[in-house]
Amino acid sequence: MNPTEFKPVLLGRVGKPDSQSLATYRADGGYEALAKSLKMANTEVIDLVKNSGLRGRGGAGFPTGLKWTFLPKDVQGPIYLCINGDESEPGTFNNRVLIEEDPHQVLEGIVISSFATRATTAYFYLRYEYGRCYRALQKAVDEMYANNLLGKNILGSGYDLDIYLHRGACAYICGEETGLIESLEGKRAWPRIKPPFPAIEGAFRRPTVVNNVETMACIPHIINHGAEWFQSMGVPKDPNNPRDAGSYGPKLYCISGHVNKPGLVELPMGISARDLIDQHAGGVWKGRKAKAVIPGGLSMGFMTNAELDTPLDFNGPGRVGCLGLGTAAVVVIDDQTSMVDVLYNACRFFAHESCGQCTPCREGTAWSTKILERIREGKGKLSDIDLLMEIANSIGTIPGTTICGLADGAAWPIKTAINKFRGEFEEYIKSGRRSESLALAGAH
Amino acid sequence: MSELSENAKQVIAEHLPRYPSKQAVTLPALHVVQQERRYVSNKAMEEIAELLELSPAQISDTASFYGFFRTEENPLGQKRIWVCRSLPCMLRGGEELLAALCEKYHIVPGQTTADGKLTIELAECLGACDGAPCILLEDELHLRCSLEDVERIANEPNAPTKKA
Repeated sequence: MNPTEFKPVLLGRVGKPDSQSLATYRADGGYEALAKSLKMANTEVIDLVKNSGLRGRGGAGFPTGLKWTFLPKDVQGPIYLCINGDESEPGTFNNRVLIEEDPHQVLEGIVISSFATRATTAYFYLRYEYGRCYRALQKAVDEMYANNLLGKNILGSGYDLDIYLHRGACAYICGEETGLIESLEGKRAWPRIKPPFPAIEGAFRRPTVVNNVETMACIPHIINHGAEWFQSMGVPKDPNNPRDAGSYGPKLYCISGHVNKPGLVELPMGISARDLIDQHAGGVWKGRKAKAVIPGGLSMGFMTNAELDTPLDFNGPGRVGCLGLGTAAVVVIDDQTSMVDVLYNACRFFAHESCGQCTPCREGTAWSTKILERIREGKGKLSDIDLLMEIANSIGTIPGTTICGLADGAAWPIKTAINKFRGEFEEYIKSGRRSESLALAGAH
Repeated sequence: MSELSENAKQVIAEHLPRYPSKQAVTLPALHVVQQERRYVSNKAMEEIAELLELSPAQISDTASFYGFFRTEENPLGQKRIWVCRSLPCMLRGGEELLAALCEKYHIVPGQTTADGKLTIELAECLGACDGAPCILLEDELHLRCSLEDVERIANEPNAPTKKA
């Protein structure tokens, strides 16, 4: 499909008058997918989602239908669906727009997914900062109860479901699925050691599926238009890689940083970072060039200008040394910006948000920040560069030293910044240069 | 005298049937108390613990994990404004905005003005990078903010407290 002919799917109703209301959603064909699903067997819904190739939009890209099949077959008692609306990855805001502008699309996806997984309660974990989303969702949920779209015997099908909104309290770690579950249960959000995975033992020690908001928004469209339609968009499986699950469907790309038009763009998966910046974000601001670009949220690391033709699908960013596609949040950094300052900001973020449970992460994120502080004060040594790399190579699930992936996310910006911009770090240290520190802004 | 208001007790009671464990009502309870009082006192935590059949230490453990909840010794001002300092906002002046705001009100992030009107906090990514630099007033995002915008927001009369 030619991207210029692409008509937005997930953002199709954004900007229409009163797009948040049940009346307008229904007028646009809303909840027809739910009615259709409720007439199918729940396993048929799972098969349809599996065949569509939909992969989770929250960052890891795990196939959604496959995740659902991990639930035990003969469960007695409740199954839970948790919606991960703790969107906090720097650069990412697609869930916010989806919920604020079209809450019923997300909620319809949740009801269908709950039906497919046989969940009878869905908990929508929403970050506290999204107050407008919270109020839009609560209003939409109330409308659904009043119209037999939630509660007992939904649309006469015999299926019962409750959706409860649960607000977080400003902690990045709650976006990690088992951290989210602990937080939902009223505890500190310390991620759990896996296994057991949530499908076996999740919320309240019951079988649980945790899905992202954008993933939910895709579901009604897959039910309405079918798996083949979904696979007509995006990048097919790599025939030379039997483990590749393809990158199908529409994707929301968040663009921020040094571009003329920051914003949210929906496109078939696989556009290059360069086309995204030049054709959809008005190019780099002030007539400058991009020095570095983050492909999918801060924890994915950096691409150089020479790597900008990389397709932003599930495989592209990995081929140029980044951690992956992540949340498809593209942050553009212009050529007048110091990578030392950028990396310092990144390390400080992860040090602030490390939950403190695992020593390599807690200490590694704090020490990498301190080393960069020293460099920025003009007191850095050339050996600091290798020390930063040693830290980055020693923390995370990929060397196998931590419970969750936060430390990998902290390590990738360091690895990619130093591997790709080492000369800039060396020059900075040798010159004895100092970055302007805003004293008050550093306080905490 | 009870530290929890009737409204807070009612909100807690309304949340209990939603979860299979009483402990899951911890965050909703902490939210309603802080929204009403601008802090969560030890006494409030004890009372929440009693309602949720937990030890006060369990409530305190959760409350102190999130930098969000304030103790009685360090209450919030009438308004809380968070200024984002994460990368997308930093690239477009977020740190300068935070520094200018702190200078204007003579406080550092985390502190409250002497008249008790305004608390300024630094925030990690608020999820509004399309509108960098952005701020959060209580739980409402404001995008593309200049210092003048934030001052105007800080000086607007308080909206009536919303029910949690």
